[in-house]
Amino acid sequence: MDTLIAILIATVGAGTPLVFAALGELVVEKSGVLNLGVEGMMLVGAIAAFAATSATGNMWLGVAAGMVAGAGMALVFGVLALTLQANQVAAGLALTIFGVGLSAFVGKPYESVALQAPQVLHVPVLADLPVLGPILFSQQPLVYLSWVLFALVAWFLYKSRSGLVLRSVGESPTSANALGYPVIGIRYLATLFGGAMAGVGGAYLSIIYTPLWVEGMTAGRGWIALALVVFATWRPARVLIGAYLFGGVTITQFFAQGAGAAIASQLLSSLPYLATIVVLVLISRNPNLIRLNAPVSLGKSYHPGG
Amino acid sequence: MRFKLEARPAPSRAMRYYSPLVAAALTVVVGFIVFTALGRNPLAAFHAFFVQPVSSLNGVAELLLKAAPLMMIAVGLAVGFRANVWNIGAEGQLVLGAVAGGGLALYFEGADTGWVLVAIVIAGALGGMAWAAIPAFLRNRFNASEILVSLMLTYVASLVLSYLVHGPWRDPQGFNFPQSKMFDEATLFPILIEQTRLNASFLIALAVVAVGWVFINRSFVGYQMRVSGLAEAAARYAGFSAKGTVWVGMLAGGAMAGIAGVGEVAGPIGQLTPSISPGYGFAAIIVAFVGRLNAVGIVLASVLMSLLYLGGESAQMQLNLPSAITGLFQGMLLFFLLGSDVFINYRLRWARPARVVLKEAAA
Amino acid sequence: MGKGATPRDASRTAGATESLLELRGITKAYPAVVANDGIDLEVAPGEIHAVLGENGAGKSTLMKIIYGVVKADAGEMRWKGEPVQVRNPAHARDLGIGMVFQHFSLFETLTVTQNVALALPGNPNLGELAKRIAEVSERYGLPVDPRRLVHSLSVGERQRVEIIRCLLQTPKLLIMDEPTSVLTPQAVQKLFETLRQLAAEGCAILYISHKLDEIKALCHSATVLRAGRVTGTCDPTRETPASMARLMIGKDLPHCEHPPADEGGEERLVIAGLSHASDDPFGVDLKDVHLTVHSGEIVGIAGVSGNGQQELLAALSGEERLAEKFPVQICGVEAGRFTPGRRRKLGLCFVPEERLGRGAVPEMSLAENALLTGHRRGMVQAGMVRFGQMREFADRCIREFQVKCGGTHAEAKSLSGGNLQKFIVGREMLQTPKLLVVSQPTWGVDVGAAAFIRQSLIDLRNAGAAILVVSEELDELFEICDRVAVIAKGRLSPAKRTKDTDVEEIGVWMSGLWPGAEGAVARPAGKEVALAVQT
Repeated sequence: MDTLIAILIATVGAGTPLVFAALGELVVEKSGVLNLGVEGMMLVGAIAAFAATSATGNMWLGVAAGMVAGAGMALVFGVLALTLQANQVAAGLALTIFGVGLSAFVGKPYESVALQAPQVLHVPVLADLPVLGPILFSQQPLVYLSWVLFALVAWFLYKSRSGLVLRSVGESPTSANALGYPVIGIRYLATLFGGAMAGVGGAYLSIIYTPLWVEGMTAGRGWIALALVVFATWRPARVLIGAYLFGGVTITQFFAQGAGAAIASQLLSSLPYLATIVVLVLISRNPNLIRLNAPVSLGKSYHPGG
Repeated sequence: MRFKLEARPAPSRAMRYYSPLVAAALTVVVGFIVFTALGRNPLAAFHAFFVQPVSSLNGVAELLLKAAPLMMIAVGLAVGFRANVWNIGAEGQLVLGAVAGGGLALYFEGADTGWVLVAIVIAGALGGMAWAAIPAFLRNRFNASEILVSLMLTYVASLVLSYLVHGPWRDPQGFNFPQSKMFDEATLFPILIEQTRLNASFLIALAVVAVGWVFINRSFVGYQMRVSGLAEAAARYAGFSAKGTVWVGMLAGGAMAGIAGVGEVAGPIGQLTPSISPGYGFAAIIVAFVGRLNAVGIVLASVLMSLLYLGGESAQMQLNLPSAITGLFQGMLLFFLLGSDVFINYRLRWARPARVVLKEAAA
Repeated sequence: MGKGATPRDASRTAGATESLLELRGITKAYPAVVANDGIDLEVAPGEIHAVLGENGAGKSTLMKIIYGVVKADAGEMRWKGEPVQVRNPAHARDLGIGMVFQHFSLFETLTVTQNVALALPGNPNLGELAKRIAEVSERYGLPVDPRRLVHSLSVGERQRVEIIRCLLQTPKLLIMDEPTSVLTPQAVQKLFETLRQLAAEGCAILYISHKLDEIKALCHSATVLRAGRVTGTCDPTRETPASMARLMIGKDLPHCEHPPADEGGEERLVIAGLSHASDDPFGVDLKDVHLTVHSGEIVGIAGVSGNGQQELLAALSGEERLAEKFPVQICGVEAGRFTPGRRRKLGLCFVPEERLGRGAVPEMSLAENALLTGHRRGMVQAGMVRFGQMREFADRCIREFQVKCGGTHAEAKSLSGGNLQKFIVGREMLQTPKLLVVSQPTWGVDVGAAAFIRQSLIDLRNAGAAILVVSEELDELFEICDRVAVIAKGRLSPAKRTKDTDVEEIGVWMSGLWPGAEGAVARPAGKEVALAVQT
């Protein structure tokens, strides 16, 4: 039982970077933009946060640096895909390749630096509850913030006017434009938000989850975040669930390896990736589900007619 | 004062050729800036990065050696990209090709006939194709994104390789290092130029490029794939098989990546180790784009990309810069290419022309 | 059927002499064409003013300029006497201009209320808005349920949402861009009543159309455009369709030579009890469709879009494979499970509704587009493309169908709509099909090309081919078809000889009410029909 609670506590932590990155990408995709550069944005966010924290000793400055770095990368993508009308798939791939290279380059001097592990924040009273206490209320402050983010994104998309406008842009940019909404501007805002969130996800990894820097330390989480958005059929609550499911798979694999299971460590390490494939297949096989929920204009270039 | 992008009446043929050159030039310019910012003499850096690596026969041989897998894989990928089939997992297919070919090479330990090498190349191609067949099948049957599936499989592929060289295929005389036995002479590619590492896989790469060009531009299947990429509904209307397109698109890249993988392990590396590729599968994606998805462009772009790899290594030795600078330049090159590609179909116009030139309206 | 007082009378009694909207010298040029060249236009309050012109004359561009979607290069616009520059649609709405587009700007996955809310400024309360929508819809005879999701509405209902969306902002000027292409003849009459009511209340209406009878029936005045210029203004009540046509295209409307069909040709297409559920959640299921097309005849299928035409055509062309092979028989062979390629081998050719993106690849040359469906004519050998044959065939299409273009290497997207349509029709016809299926043969095509295409269809029929035409233009069907049927909600009516029926009866049938249909009750022709069936 103790092991199970320990697994669940760690699951919440492991899922958090995915929560940030996937919720950010969800908002981006709802506006009709497909940004495949999440992996690159997360890595750049991670190194920016690590560098800032190691220089100032302040975790929150690190998170802020991660946000700015992620948004900066997203801006480059925005210029390419939204203003210059480049193919969104190619631009996103370029962003990832560039982000991987940039973060490796900038991160070289930080490879043997160790940061102080930050403190968990216990919520008074609630943290003393049996079982739920340690799992939900004795987590890092960023974890709590990720839940706040979830609530904000859900409210924004489904209860606010601006969220309605965003969804309409994603569904039919030509109609939104005909009604007078600034399609490109709205998409830029969404893209920058997605970049900032990916940056925070990366920051969480390098400052909190494992407070050190390793080249390529996201290990594909950016891609998993993209798959999560599809798996969640573009709905925030399902993104949250999916993120924790993946966190769970990752953690279980660590525990199994640590417990000396007879299965080869490489097979266990490959579980999150295989799980992603399975999950994608399960959702994609129902084309109606996709057609009813995916933003209609997702990934298509939009040129404001003259 | 504002400018806007205005659609050209017809795509600019000139820009089609110039755009990769503009991108390369911009990359070099930004490179200058980066070197200066890092406190290095930009001209010395430029020399170390771009000139030094190819200033000897050995250097040129290394250039071609690295260009070979890049151009091979890029041609295979281009077949798919033109049809909107996005094989992003070439890196994993390369690994699986190396595993299949390398496994066969280990099996044929002690053989001494030339046919063994042919078998190894075929095994490599099949290995890569098998790994590419998974995302192809999942897309055709379940409509799962081949981008995400093929990517996930790259991580799995490197774990498979890791398992093999740490475990069942580890060289018992290898002092517990994770590596396989060295391959026998007969199972290695013959060297083309004495005293260099350039081997016969380069010839295979050239052949692949030629066949690829004919396939894309002259064959009917190539035409079908181009139509699928440009106008999906038209391909359906014409009765072209969408599923067939996905198979050809993915398997072409997979086969080429597999052969490239064999080229590495039965070539300069000579054995199976946990890391057999400095990211060729991903760099090939850039080569494919910078080469405009066309055979001639791909050859030129692969040489450029190879130079970036060599430059990074040289920069590490001579300028004390991390070799990760290569990845930086590669990414920048692709960015600039995508940006300058825009001007093929659009041009920059200042708003509010002073005079309107009236022409007869086209009927 | 009176129109009420003319606006001249109204303005004389009210004492107002100001025009509401005045355009002087409006000019807009694009890189390849001058869309508007020095256009003058004047509209008074309460006036229903037609803007008449054939496809490509520049009507849509002019309306986009008025509505602020596009900025004019030169010229002046005056609203209520004051010069004004409409910055964007929101500004236009503030001024009191509303526009109902030809292609609706609606969001399918949102409700009617949400769609209307998006067009209104600020953040309106959705509950109150739903009530206002219900009021307006009641008052102007535009029944629609505010809570429904737009994708579940018929095309006619969607147009009502568009109109209500405009009316909620109490416009002084309402622009309607080709509104009747999505309506049955009876629904057109209802729309005209709504528009007359609006005009009587003082709202001016700019009515864009190329349909001469409608303009004559509805409008007080008309401005005629041709190739971007104004060729004249007139009072439609005093003109004949022929005289307006002369203003519109500079010559008389062309007529087709249409000798009577020989009866008793062989059966080239037999649709035998075709039922097919659409796998598009927004699509229409086909139910028990029966039809036979013989050689030497042209059969037409009428119907407002969204009643199953797309699904039926996909089932015929092979783009949608059926569960069984017998429901579609081509030249005697059960072809329900054949791919498009195999069906073409049997002698089928198909001209689809969408030119760019389906009938032709926009970025490819005309020569390469000829290969798209013509490859069976010796253009492919041993898997390789024979470029010479390909270019020759494309050349033939261009010559014989008078396609104005830059040559076989010209990109498909560089052609005008009419010329591209001629090329595609030519490509299909020059393959000497035994069965030709055509969808919307002259949509968006200028009058000259349209006449040419219709005559080509008749000539092909005379040569012995069987032709099936699906079209939303009833006039066109009556002009070229020997027999006509109606598709409504996925069901097909029996086919009647065109000389034995008329537009009125077909109009009634378009509501799903042919004899023997489900839910049909015998009603005398011409009576209003208001049923649960969508119009």
